Amino acid sequence: MTKLRINGIEVEIEEGASLLEAAQQLGIEIPTLCFHPGLSAYGACRLCVVELGDGRLVSACTYPVQEGLRVRTHSPRVMRARRMLIELLLSICPSSKRLQDLAAEHQVERVRFAVRDERCILCGLCVRMCAEQMMAHAIGFVNRGYRRRITTPFDLPSEVCRRCGGCLYICPVCEVRCQGVEAPSAVCGSCMTPAPTCPPVYEDLACYMGAAGECGTCVRNPRMPDSHSPTVAGRRVRV
Amino acid sequence: MKIRTLEQLRALEHELRAARDRKPCVRVCGGTGCRARGSEDVFGRFRVVLENEGLADAVEVKFTGCHGLCERGPLVSLAPHGIFYQSVEAGDVPAIVTETLARGVVIERLLAQDPITGKRVRQEQEIPFYRRQQRIVLRFNGVIDPTDIREYIALGGYRALGDVLTHKTPEEVIEIIERSGLRGRGGAGFPTGRKWRLARAAPGSIKYVICNGDEGDPGAFMDRSLLEGNPHSVIEGMIIGAYAVGATRGIIYVREEYPLAVRTLQIALAQAREYGFLGEAIFDSAFSFDIEIVRGAGAFVAGEETALIAAVEGRVSEPRQRPPYPVQRGVWGHPTVINNVETWANVPIILERGPEWFARLGTATSKGTKIFSLVGKVANTGLVEIPMGMTLRELVEEIGGGALPQREIKAVQIGGPSGGCLPKALFDLPIDYESLTEAGAMMGSGGLIVMDDRTCMVDVARYFMDFLRDESCGKCLPCREGTQRMYELLTAMCEGRATDADLDVLEELAQVVKETSLCGLGQTAPNPVLTTLRYFRSEYEAHIRQKRCPAGVCKALIRYVINAERCTGCVACVQPCPQHAISGQLKQPHVIDPERCIKCGICYEVCQFGAVEIV
Repeated sequence: MTKLRINGIEVEIEEGASLLEAAQQLGIEIPTLCFHPGLSAYGACRLCVVELGDGRLVSACTYPVQEGLRVRTHSPRVMRARRMLIELLLSICPSSKRLQDLAAEHQVERVRFAVRDERCILCGLCVRMCAEQMMAHAIGFVNRGYRRRITTPFDLPSEVCRRCGGCLYICPVCEVRCQGVEAPSAVCGSCMTPAPTCPPVYEDLACYMGAAGECGTCVRNPRMPDSHSPTVAGRRVRV
Repeated sequence: MKIRTLEQLRALEHELRAARDRKPCVRVCGGTGCRARGSEDVFGRFRVVLENEGLADAVEVKFTGCHGLCERGPLVSLAPHGIFYQSVEAGDVPAIVTETLARGVVIERLLAQDPITGKRVRQEQEIPFYRRQQRIVLRFNGVIDPTDIREYIALGGYRALGDVLTHKTPEEVIEIIERSGLRGRGGAGFPTGRKWRLARAAPGSIKYVICNGDEGDPGAFMDRSLLEGNPHSVIEGMIIGAYAVGATRGIIYVREEYPLAVRTLQIALAQAREYGFLGEAIFDSAFSFDIEIVRGAGAFVAGEETALIAAVEGRVSEPRQRPPYPVQRGVWGHPTVINNVETWANVPIILERGPEWFARLGTATSKGTKIFSLVGKVANTGLVEIPMGMTLRELVEEIGGGALPQREIKAVQIGGPSGGCLPKALFDLPIDYESLTEAGAMMGSGGLIVMDDRTCMVDVARYFMDFLRDESCGKCLPCREGTQRMYELLTAMCEGRATDADLDVLEELAQVVKETSLCGLGQTAPNPVLTTLRYFRSEYEAHIRQKRCPAGVCKALIRYVINAERCTGCVACVQPCPQHAISGQLKQPHVIDPERCIKCGICYEVCQFGAVEIV
């Protein structure tokens, strides 16, 4: 067991636990976006930064507890950093309800950067969901830096995707994405299902990726190939 | 042949040295810079001419590693005379052979010139560029042929390794490195001995040592030159380090963009195996060790140690949380020591000459020497090695030879893109880890870019941010999005679109990116912005408030005009203008049409009379 102090309160937790778990044990709420208890911690969104005794800011979800560590979860420096991070997130994903709520909670009232609606914060939850829970490894990151995005290998419709919908289910910001308003891409089949495809019915509408049209719902969409369109190697192609 | 005992090594060393001293030797620089200037031709020509003159057996020609003074390449030095020729072309070779080598006549025009006295100097040591240096790690660079292990052995190579394996325990080796005060040369300056001790103490039967050769800073070529010029010093250091920490496997991570370094290393590793310095039971001890090369596909972030581990394991090079540190959990989960090329190259020297000798070099907290690649707006560019604690002024003014003609040095960017810009007012700062960090820069791996009055600091910050937004792996939000947003803000400033509020946002954002990023890349990425804001704020304000670029660099904020009083009407600028924007008759003042002008600056460069002005 490891003993540490969070916001002045002593907490004891098993070795190997993260600062986030230790804080949760005390009932201290730390905002997270790229963290999910069922998946490996990734430390990408940095929203869960906390301040250590030596002045460093580290992400609580990935930092292991250490004996005698002193942690502050809501110090002025932490809050200032979180506000800037939320502002950055909003600037690339302005219409996300989840981010708007976070902004409201943290009194972020304006975005001082040119808004660029990308509808994805690259938190990697879908990638980890697909790999770790669904064992499919159908999607991953390509490119780096400002060109980074999530897609299937070579942007081709995936052969290993089982259309489970796990990626959509776990996405923290994709309220818009699954409404079919995007141009067809490797990840989104742009199947134009009439309503947001929500998890309770995904078994019926399993067409998030790749060979859209199999379920028949979207045949009405003139942009999509119907079930009689030509096939290449058994796969329907867009005409 | 396999070397099994220290006596065998000594015997071989004496034999090789005797053979070496017998004939005169021509050393042609085969560093990347000199190769680019045609030193391969010079080398080939020497062999042909010597053959033709019947001197092929009497004179040896060697293609060595980088001599350092890249500005004046191709460089040729002659032993034992010690004559140092610069800017040698293949056409000069017959004269060098027939006059200098055959008759001992020195060719004046190929000698270096002392910039102050204007006198021609014959010896390398007389050139100010070399005089102020202390070449310890680079002592064999430019002297030995890196593709021949016997050259290294002849000068005492692998002696330290033999001594360590036959006379010292791993604990003693670690203690020696600790006492020497050696710190990591990759940038952060972590004490090497302490790192080794942690790795030795880490549980596990399999351990790794890694040489980090992922040098990615723009304008930096220290590690490259070492690997190309003296690979065995790095290999010997790694074997000693492996023995000290109890590692059985070694990896040299080197970038694919360094094909010459990769080739030299492959040859060096094969030769080290052939001589028994790698493999089973080295020096008949119980210690076995081998090294393999892993080539990186060119990502700046792979120099970060956890990202490097990912790359070695075949994954995308993205960093992860530390702790656990690589000495606890590194490659494939095994304890791993990762040291920079230059750090490894220091190890054999410390073992050979003793920690006390090493600790006498440098300052109280920064021991030894540091290699810098000196580039930018400075007279002598090249590879330099100086004792720690030398001031920036000595390095830039004396070794670097000061500013280019009619220019004035304004600042240096030290430590690569993650380092900082230090102004001339701070040039008395000693070069050591603490002083540089305190000033907002860092030692970095040793890139040093000199900037003069024609360098715009806002533009410099924008250049580095452009580099970093591309090189950020993109994993964590502040680094990926922060560098992009900082780049956008800086671009707006350079284009005269920014407001005072943007300056505040930039500063605030830079601070948050520094504090919250996942790895060293993001944590240091704002340094170019923060240091230029700290030391050159007035330039930012000029861009924002007066829409003016004081250095005359930012195209959106400058205009080229011709001063009618100075213009002699020589028409020299009319023809080179790609836009045909300059009109004027002979002997009449010319005029630039601002509508057509694309601000390329060619007229400014060609005007002999200073009549083209930037306003």
